[in-house]
Amino acid sequence: MIPEDLLYAKTHEWVLIEGDVATVGITQFAQEQLGDLTFVEMPEVGDTFEAGTEMGSVESVKAASEIYAPVSGEVIEINEELEDAPEKVNEEPYGSGWIVKFRIKGDPEGLLDAQGYASAVESEAH
Amino acid sequence: MKTIFEQSVAGREGCWPCEGAAEESYIPKELLRGGEAGLPSVSELDVVRHFTRLSQRNYSVDSNFYPLGSCTMKYNPKFTEVVAGLPGFTRLHPVLPQLRGAGGLCQGALEVMYEIEQLLCEITGMAAYTMHPMAGAHGELTGVMLMAAYHRDKGNKKTKIIVPDSAHGTNPASAATAGYEVVSVESKDGIVDPAALEKVLDDEVAGMMMTCPNTLGLFERNLPEVVRMLRKVDALLYYDGANLNAIMGKMRVGDVGFDIVHWNVHKTLATPHGGGGPGSGPVGVSDRLVDFLPISRVRKREDGRFFLDYDCPKSIGYVAPFYGNFGVYLKAYAYVLRLGGTGLRRASENAVLAANYMRKRLSGHFEVPYDRICMHEFVASASPQAKDGVHALDFAKGLLDRGYHAPTIYFPLIVPEALMIEPTETENKETLDKFCDDLIELAELAKTNPEALTSAPVNLPVTRLDETRAARSMELTDDL
Repeated sequence: MIPEDLLYAKTHEWVLIEGDVATVGITQFAQEQLGDLTFVEMPEVGDTFEAGTEMGSVESVKAASEIYAPVSGEVIEINEELEDAPEKVNEEPYGSGWIVKFRIKGDPEGLLDAQGYASAVESEAH
Repeated sequence: MKTIFEQSVAGREGCWPCEGAAEESYIPKELLRGGEAGLPSVSELDVVRHFTRLSQRNYSVDSNFYPLGSCTMKYNPKFTEVVAGLPGFTRLHPVLPQLRGAGGLCQGALEVMYEIEQLLCEITGMAAYTMHPMAGAHGELTGVMLMAAYHRDKGNKKTKIIVPDSAHGTNPASAATAGYEVVSVESKDGIVDPAALEKVLDDEVAGMMMTCPNTLGLFERNLPEVVRMLRKVDALLYYDGANLNAIMGKMRVGDVGFDIVHWNVHKTLATPHGGGGPGSGPVGVSDRLVDFLPISRVRKREDGRFFLDYDCPKSIGYVAPFYGNFGVYLKAYAYVLRLGGTGLRRASENAVLAANYMRKRLSGHFEVPYDRICMHEFVASASPQAKDGVHALDFAKGLLDRGYHAPTIYFPLIVPEALMIEPTETENKETLDKFCDDLIELAELAKTNPEALTSAPVNLPVTRLDETRAARSMELTDDL
């Protein structure tokens, strides 16, 4: 259920690190909690963020929720398809529903592995 | 259902404007309309039926129970409409009190403005009020501007406003609109946690916005501690009056140490809800903020006559044309006088009693995350049912089928699958019981026949709507 090859932030973002590029999305748990998304607000290419700061938001019919940058770095690509098809985040949160790609600055810190994230989700549910 | 324009048939008419009225008017010729007015051609009966049907499709507290949490959908007694409709009020021109020598023609209205301020001061323990803000959120913005004016006057450098994570969405919005950075503080056991507050509190904090009882319907027991902490850094405490209906005659927010308070008179003082207005959001302040209140202020001379004072050099200025929505707070004035101190206290007591009664009745059937004595509302959760695929939304739709307005759902955000229920004091026990019976029946149905709930509503003019699509491809206009 929670992919083993990804890293996770407690704020429910996932990160795939390949060299100095990090692909970021929100987790299956996050999209389930939000329900059908109606809008994904993304940063712009060239924006830089410190890890843990707000970089965008997702909106559903229930609520709006911030997305936090799980790593520090510069945005090098955003998933433009989400502008017209935010449902991709619901359908394939770990695949075509990816949100942004970062050029990582420094070493990522404080991220959880799949097991660590699973227990974080477990403790949040109770 | 056809619009009134679609019902139009050329030549059909329902009223007969005066012949030649336009020619005799004072309107300059070049400003007169050349072509047709584009009004529908319908008979009087067509109009009556059309709007009666529309009203029948509407849902209001006059027709049935409306337990919409956080909204205080209490019944508005009709006598306030009679008072607000008195010709002495409705025929007044709002500019009268500003005309030299004409103040004598509107002493009654000025007295109402003066007295409602005094009454709200007495109920909340504040030093003074402005009645000008046009609704609750406008009151909030006015309140935050008063906060800014206070700090500017003292030469304080303040950039942040603290808002609890259980707050109404308008709180961070008001603070941000006024230019402050919003800092959220986490709750513990459903209420503000002084330890968490300590972590975010510093000299740059202008103030904190709180609702008490809060959005979970819980009384903020750490208030004295919160007040002490804020005073240390010269930060002001703002009381969001959204839930005042729970504490009238029980706690005066000024006595506790709040510096600013706004009322939602459409909730607590039974003026009409919704429809986009008109509303009224009076703001009360403690002594140290009185000088900053918006102009004008209504004052009483020694001879007992009333006048408007515009000579307030530290005022934040105008926040509304004239004096706010006079007709609305006139109704609130009538309501307060009719209930009196005892009546207002009993209104709050009954609102709290009704909520606790329902909480107890429902607690075996739904999860109640903070299952202790609540105030005027409580939050249940459909989390157990959601595991089997029946969500808060489905219960809401099921309730529509049974003739109710649904409770507030998915709010507050800190409770998953939230069903937020606020019965108010104006419902009788039979209504509360019937609603609980129906909701418990729906909880049973969720176990035996979940599809019956996930496909609800089936008894309404429109069935299950695709809310996601409606939000994704918004189309708010139509060619008429």
